Amino acid sequence: MSQAVITPAIAPAPSRPRPGTSRLGDRVFAGMAGGAGIFVLVLLGAIIVMLFIGGLPAFRAFGPGFLVSTDWDPVRQVFGAAVPIYGTVVTSLLALILAVPLAFGIAYTLTELAPMWLRRPVGTAVELLAAIPSIIYGMWGFFVIVPIMSQHLQPAVIDTFDGIPVLQDLFAGPPFGTGLLTAALILAVMVIPFIAATMRDVFLTVPAVYKESAYGVGCTTWEVMRSIVLPYTRTSVVGGVMLGLGRALGETMAVTFVIGNSDRIATSLFGPGNTISSLVALEFPESPAGSLKLASLLALGFILFVIAFIVLAISRLLLRPRLHA
Amino acid sequence: MSDMPMATAGTPRPAHDRDANVAVRLGRRRRRIDRVLAGFCWLAMLIALAALASILVTLVWNGLGGMRLSVLTEVTKPPGSHGGLLNAIVGSLMQSAIGTLIGTPIGLLVGTYLSEYAAGSALGNAVRFVSDVLLSAPSILIGLFIYVLVVEPSGGFSGIAGCLALAVLVIPIVVRTTEDMLRLIPTSLREAAMALGAPKWKTIVFVCYRAARDGIVTGILLAIARVAGETAPLLFTSLGNLNWSLDLTKPMSSLPVTIYQYAGSAFEDWVQLAWVGALLITAGVLALNILARSALRRRT
Repeated sequence: MSQAVITPAIAPAPSRPRPGTSRLGDRVFAGMAGGAGIFVLVLLGAIIVMLFIGGLPAFRAFGPGFLVSTDWDPVRQVFGAAVPIYGTVVTSLLALILAVPLAFGIAYTLTELAPMWLRRPVGTAVELLAAIPSIIYGMWGFFVIVPIMSQHLQPAVIDTFDGIPVLQDLFAGPPFGTGLLTAALILAVMVIPFIAATMRDVFLTVPAVYKESAYGVGCTTWEVMRSIVLPYTRTSVVGGVMLGLGRALGETMAVTFVIGNSDRIATSLFGPGNTISSLVALEFPESPAGSLKLASLLALGFILFVIAFIVLAISRLLLRPRLHA
Repeated sequence: MSDMPMATAGTPRPAHDRDANVAVRLGRRRRRIDRVLAGFCWLAMLIALAALASILVTLVWNGLGGMRLSVLTEVTKPPGSHGGLLNAIVGSLMQSAIGTLIGTPIGLLVGTYLSEYAAGSALGNAVRFVSDVLLSAPSILIGLFIYVLVVEPSGGFSGIAGCLALAVLVIPIVVRTTEDMLRLIPTSLREAAMALGAPKWKTIVFVCYRAARDGIVTGILLAIARVAGETAPLLFTSLGNLNWSLDLTKPMSSLPVTIYQYAGSAFEDWVQLAWVGALLITAGVLALNILARSALRRRT
């Protein structure tokens, strides 16, 4: 290095090896950083393997039938995954149906409609919705939304659809306030900020020239959104929706409070049900170590992890080109 | 816009007249659609803000009434004897702090690896991908994972198992912000340090980390805010404890788990305490979030 001091600054030094490659400090630091990177990979692998090993007794005892069996009978020691999988999928998809239009509306407002001074505070407020802990949503759902559902919304809906063939079955049952639809409603509020924030961020990546050209030929704000912004950001918007789905699938505490906890498949959206995570949270305390029930819960956890991993992986693949250029 | 100059109603030829009328009506229709959808989108935003307001008002309304000094000075007690939440608060602080202390250095190193060492490499892309997936992975599964990995082999629930579960949740958050912040550092800054003869690790630690400090601190604050409110991973790891205990090898109380147990109980004073705890934890988490955001805003 002493040579470098003597060498005039302008003189090129092409033959000198890049400083640092051979130094001990650099090697240790690079090793630590690389090791930490590999640790993350190992961590994911360990989560999958551990959940699988934990669930192995259940997979062995029930075979592939575990996935389609609707039994959940601790007395007979027979367990199946169909009911919680059904509940997880139904509540998550319903939540998306409710959340996506609202999240899109928020992103559209925040990028095109709202005056500049309003965008930052409202954007922050929506993001704060994402910061509120899950358990708080559970209490809010149980003490605020459930009474509204049971006293106002559900009786009205049941009366309205009474006598209409499909709808009367879809919205049947006593108005308890809890159930699949209430869980989906809470989930929708919880995933809106994730979807809205992603949509807003990708809408902002559309080059201004494209939008200005469209405005220049007389397009309305909505036409610019529909014909320019949405086609340009389509992949990432789907990625944002998948991110919301991934969040909804594994949500535990909020759902546990309001879903009504039943181990039967309800055909009515007002009916009670359970999800993989709510079942695990509720049944775990009554599942002694080494029992078949605990193994079944871990097997459910493994199934949930596989579903969530696939959804989140798709989300990342769709989002990467836009957000991490 | 298209209907303005076209409406020359006095033109003699009827074909032109009809065209102009069509254009006027089309223009009106397009603007009506635009306005209706804008109205819906504003409504969507108001719904989200109303939900946030409803949550906050409910918390203050129900929580403020039970806010007494004894909440902070007494431990949880049997129903009817007006206990506090001291053990839960201390347990939450300890587990969040230790979890963050374990997770942060790992997350920092991974973020550094992704930004400084792994540009474009396949391993780097894999690590980034996995870290992003872990960022959104269901937290209840992290709890089950630590249960199988730590709790079962060690023979019992423990505070340290709770810390480990929270540490796993901390890592991807810190990775994300660290990498993003390090990427914002101009290359010229690194080159300047290297030109002075600094080895790469010194460049990273003394130049890049220092320049990205606010952003990295933001990430850590956000991570603390996230894990402080987590309930599901603690159910299977630190379990909760209604007695005073600072022993990390024993079951440990935490605010979210206590809220969960109390909110679902049939005792009025327990439900009241759950609301107080909910108010405390939400105020803390939101304050951390706002603090982190304003720290970041100053920087960018």
